[in-house]
Amino acid sequence: MLTEFDKKLLNAVQEDLPLESRPFAILAQRLDTDEGTLLTRLRALTEAGYLRRFGAFFQSETLGYRGTLVALQVAPASLPDVAAAVNRYPGVTHNYERTGRYNLWFTLQAPGDEARRQILGEIAALPGVEALMDLRSRKKYKVRVRFQL
Amino acid sequence: MIDETDRQVIRALQGDIPLVPCPYAALAETIGLSEAEFLDRMRRLKETGCLRRVGAVLQHRRAGFRANALCAWEVPAERVDDVGAAVSKEPAVSHCYDRETAPGWPFNFYAMLHAASHDECESIAARLASENHLAAPRMFYSVKEWKKASMKYYTR
Repeated sequence: MLTEFDKKLLNAVQEDLPLESRPFAILAQRLDTDEGTLLTRLRALTEAGYLRRFGAFFQSETLGYRGTLVALQVAPASLPDVAAAVNRYPGVTHNYERTGRYNLWFTLQAPGDEARRQILGEIAALPGVEALMDLRSRKKYKVRVRFQL
Repeated sequence: MIDETDRQVIRALQGDIPLVPCPYAALAETIGLSEAEFLDRMRRLKETGCLRRVGAVLQHRRAGFRANALCAWEVPAERVDDVGAAVSKEPAVSHCYDRETAPGWPFNFYAMLHAASHDECESIAARLASENHLAAPRMFYSVKEWKKASMKYYTR
C-alpha cells in the first residue's frame, strides 16, 4: 500500500526535476524530508513497479523527427506476429491492440518522409495486414503523461 | 543548433536517471563531460525546446489507471486550435493531436484518455464532447499493450 508520503512523492516526481547538481535534495526540501530518505523510498517504489521510467523527455519535432499514428487492420490469427514485427522498429514507441475494426495502433517517429514510407511499406506487406492508415500529426497540442495520486 | 556534444548529452539522457545524489554528474561521466558542462547543455536544450522535461512517468496500471481510450473526433479546421487548447486542459488527457485523415476516415482530432475504469473514460469523453460542442467520439480501448518504450534519438 502507498503511504500518504509515497503519494506526495509520486506526484512530485511527475513534475520537472530541477536541472541542478543535487536535484533530489531540492525535491526533498519541498517535501519536508531529506535527500537520503527520499532516494531510498524512490528506489523502493521503482522496485515495486510504480515507475515506468525516470528520465528525460525530448521534443521530437525539434530534434528533426516527425510522428505518425498508424492504425492497422490485422487478421486476428496474425496479430501476435504482426505486433512483434512492428515492435522491432526502434521508432515505434507505443503499440496497442485496441477494440474496433482497426485492431492494432502504434506510433512511429521517423527521421523523414522517406524513412516513414519505407517502414510503412514493409509493415503493410506483412502477412495478415489487411489495411493500414497513416495518420500523420499536423499539430501537437499536448503530451503530458501525469497521474495524480 | 545542436552539435555533436549535444547529441551525446541526449543519448546519455535516454536511459533512466540514476537515483543517486548527483545523477547528472554520473551521466556526465559516461561521456567524459564535467557536471557543470552537462548541466549547461541540458539547460540550453531546455531553453531551445529540445528537452521537454526531466521527470518520472508512472506505471499507469500499477497507479490505478486501468482503462485507456483513444478518442477520435472530426473537428473542422477553423475550430481545431480552440478545441485542442480546451481538451489539453483536461488532466485525464495525456496526448492530444490534430492529424491527417485517411480515405473513408474523416477523424482528425485525437485525445488519449486515462481513467480508473471504462465507465469513467466514457463519462470524461462525453463531458469533453459536450463542453466543446462535438459529437460523441469514436473510442478505441486498449486490449493489450504490445510495446511502450521511450524514443531513442540519434541511434547509431
